[in-house]
Amino acid sequence: MNIPYYPGCTLNTNAKDLQQCAEYSAQALGFSMVELTDWNCCGASLPLTDNSSMGYAGPANVLINAKEEGTKEGNEDKLTTLCAVCYNVLKRTNYAFNNDNNKLDTVNSLLETDYKGDTNVLHYLEVLRDEIGYDKVKEKVTTQLKGLKVAPYYGCFLLRPHNEVGLDDPYSPTIFEGLLETLGCEVVDFSHKGECCGSYSAMTNPENVANCSFGVVESAVAAGADIIATTCPLCQFNLDGNQVKQKSHFGDLDEMPIIYFTQLLSIALGKDINSISFDSNSISPLPLLKEKGFV
Amino acid sequence: MSRTGVFVCHCGTNISATVDVVKVAEEMKNQPGVVYTEDYKFMCSAPGQGKLKEIIEENKLDSVVIAACSPHMHEKTFRNASEAAGLNAFKVEMANIREQCSWVHPDKAEGTVKSLDLTKKMIEKVRNNEELEKITMPVTKRALIVGGGIAGIQAALDIAASGTEVVIVEKSSSLGGHMIQLSETFPTLDCSQCIMTPKMVEASLNPNIKIYTYAEVEALDGFVGNFRLRIRKKAKSVIEDECTGCGICIEKCPKKVPNPFEMGLGMTKSISVPFPQAVPNVPVIDRDSCIYYKTGKCRVCEKVCGPKCIDFEQKDEIIYEDVGAIVVATGYDTMPLDKFGEYGYGKFKDVIDGLTFERMASAAGYTAGEIQRPSDGKVPETVVFIQCVGSRDESKGVSYCSKICCMYSAKHTMLYRHKVHHGKAHVFYMDIRAGGKNYEEFVRRAIEEDGAQYHRGRVSRVYEREGKLIVKGADTISGKPLTIEADMVVLATAMTARKGADKLAQTLGISYDKYQFYSESHPKLRPVETNTAGIFLAGACQGPKDVPESVAQGSAAASKVLGLLSQETLQREPITAEVNEANCIACFDCLNICPYGAITSKEIKDRDGNLIKEVAEVNPGVCMGCGLCNAACRSKTIELRGFLDSQIFAEINSLAA
Repeated sequence: MNIPYYPGCTLNTNAKDLQQCAEYSAQALGFSMVELTDWNCCGASLPLTDNSSMGYAGPANVLINAKEEGTKEGNEDKLTTLCAVCYNVLKRTNYAFNNDNNKLDTVNSLLETDYKGDTNVLHYLEVLRDEIGYDKVKEKVTTQLKGLKVAPYYGCFLLRPHNEVGLDDPYSPTIFEGLLETLGCEVVDFSHKGECCGSYSAMTNPENVANCSFGVVESAVAAGADIIATTCPLCQFNLDGNQVKQKSHFGDLDEMPIIYFTQLLSIALGKDINSISFDSNSISPLPLLKEKGFV
Repeated sequence: MSRTGVFVCHCGTNISATVDVVKVAEEMKNQPGVVYTEDYKFMCSAPGQGKLKEIIEENKLDSVVIAACSPHMHEKTFRNASEAAGLNAFKVEMANIREQCSWVHPDKAEGTVKSLDLTKKMIEKVRNNEELEKITMPVTKRALIVGGGIAGIQAALDIAASGTEVVIVEKSSSLGGHMIQLSETFPTLDCSQCIMTPKMVEASLNPNIKIYTYAEVEALDGFVGNFRLRIRKKAKSVIEDECTGCGICIEKCPKKVPNPFEMGLGMTKSISVPFPQAVPNVPVIDRDSCIYYKTGKCRVCEKVCGPKCIDFEQKDEIIYEDVGAIVVATGYDTMPLDKFGEYGYGKFKDVIDGLTFERMASAAGYTAGEIQRPSDGKVPETVVFIQCVGSRDESKGVSYCSKICCMYSAKHTMLYRHKVHHGKAHVFYMDIRAGGKNYEEFVRRAIEEDGAQYHRGRVSRVYEREGKLIVKGADTISGKPLTIEADMVVLATAMTARKGADKLAQTLGISYDKYQFYSESHPKLRPVETNTAGIFLAGACQGPKDVPESVAQGSAAASKVLGLLSQETLQREPITAEVNEANCIACFDCLNICPYGAITSKEIKDRDGNLIKEVAEVNPGVCMGCGLCNAACRSKTIELRGFLDSQIFAEINSLAA
């Protein structure tokens, strides 16, 4: 299975760690992510905050390219992403097009296209659950991540607004937990799994981000987690970085490593830990992984 | 040629400011068949009506057109006046040159032209009008109430007080509805049971009131004054007339089940009455949980029953009741909370809804009035009350205000503080809507005397941490986020229509809104009537309502019923559909489209009883004259009396001429 893949701006740069492990896991599971030959920034969440149709042009262009490449021979008629923000923006763009013909017409006339809002956008997690199947993933697991207490952190972009994004129930999601259980992890339920990490306020209001991140990490610690798994580069950046940069906010709270879900996945699928890059991490998960015997 | 009179009303300046009424009256003189025209300042005034009568008589008019306001306003006035002058009421028509002309057009020249057209049109119609006679029907002087809550009981008592027989059909096994579940009532804090049970007993002892509990209306036949209802009396597995209500069967029953009357928190038995003061005090076996119905063994209740009135083989009973009027008082439900994951209802035991709190605070409830949190039975030190859960929430709930929650949340804080003196009560609200007699004072009392802390803002999350419920919200007055560590959270859940309200509405042929609340005939002027003659509404089935309003509506519906039943015969407008049996092709599109169930299929047989054909037949008692069948009929077989095709085409032709 060749599935068109949209990396967005972060995955080839700051979040290489997330992407590399996703590609490895895809191969191990028997599919490949085919990067779109022509793509642009989705605009992140900012263009969707006002009412003009222009903000949709960027993500629409991505969706249209995906449609074209998805219909090429050997490719699936789908589009997958790893970044939670890209996923959110693409899904909401389709939602807007499907519910407001004016927006769709405006963007189509601007781009001189005939897009219908029908590119099937899947998060990598959805590919694993719905296209591959968790039972198939389980068969390929070579290293059971037994004894690792993982807090699955969704953040907000994957789940909200629920009616537009629709990945899972915003208060009782299961898709991430399902994957972690498949890998043999002990899933820790914690109160802040869907709370915001502070997101882009990192640029303008670092205090606020420190508070938000603290809430998330603290609740995972209180719930007894060893490690937080995340799907989003920005969440990783905020939760991980703030524990070091804003130490005063975190007081004497134990440091908690923040790992990408694809990193856990590829470890379980047999990737040598020494070949996994943890460049994004201020707090290395390696000591914990060693302690648990996965290294 | 006809002798038509045309009267053009000035309506003060309402019409004359934008319509040249003198010109309209003058020009109508030239219309064929018009023998008299006149313009007058106020046609509806007593002198105006007097003039109308005089002129009809003097000029021997055989038809009249009044160019004035909407027929909704004064058609009746002018028809009555004309009838007094010997004219058939249905030879009087109104041309609406006010609402449909002078009020909506600023230009006098254009307004005049349109008024000329409108009046001309009605002259053509009235010329084709038939002399119709009002339909007379008998009246069955009995009434039926669907629903035995406070609204239904009030309606029943008021109707019965006149000596009229009333039947109450109640779905559950006892009268009482939601009100009997409440602890105290606002704004006086009197005990709900104490004021409700006397009414229930009064109803049960009144010889004019017949009560079916554990029963549902299944079908309705007939029309105003002459309804026949099919009622299913579900099997109680107990012979009602022989049961003494001793309660030994309940005591000895080995099967404990969660008590729905206590919102699932207290326990009851498989054979039970919902609460001790139940009316009738006859237990019912819940066949879903009873050991005997599951395993074929047990029958303990049968063994211990003194009068031997347990009947495991009992079957549902079908009963027919003939009545002249129906009051629907089926009450409300509360909104399911599965869409509101942010409050953790269902996930955390100590997040409860308002009705559960009522049972907890009720002296007769499962905690005997002690405030205990469900998880561990401890007395909660801090309770957060969240208002507008589902109400005024277009994205996840309903757009309307449930109206009672501001008041009952204030009441809850008081009840809580009266029982837990050192407790802290917090309320999150959007607005405080306390519009009622002594209501605002009641809320102030909760805040000022009983120390409830009100925070204007919404709650974003409730989660559990070390045995506490962490409530995160906003205080929009101070503009700050707010976190409260609570022991219990009470959600003021939106009031919704009864589950299945749509089905009952379809059975009865009444209309409902998009939330399945039953529609009143007019939001201001006909608040307890439905659009179906003879069926009335009371209580929260029509929209969110508190106890005083439900009682008032119950009484209002009762007075409407009595007004109807006080007549020996009923008269109604003959504007009904009529079938030309010779043309009918028996496609029955009309039967399917009729919203009132007025059309049936009729077999036409020859003398020897051989079927010749089937045709549609209209029951003029049920027909409301909406005209849907008329429009749907492909063979032009059904026509609406008073609005015949010939009349409508005459109107259109007059405009084309």
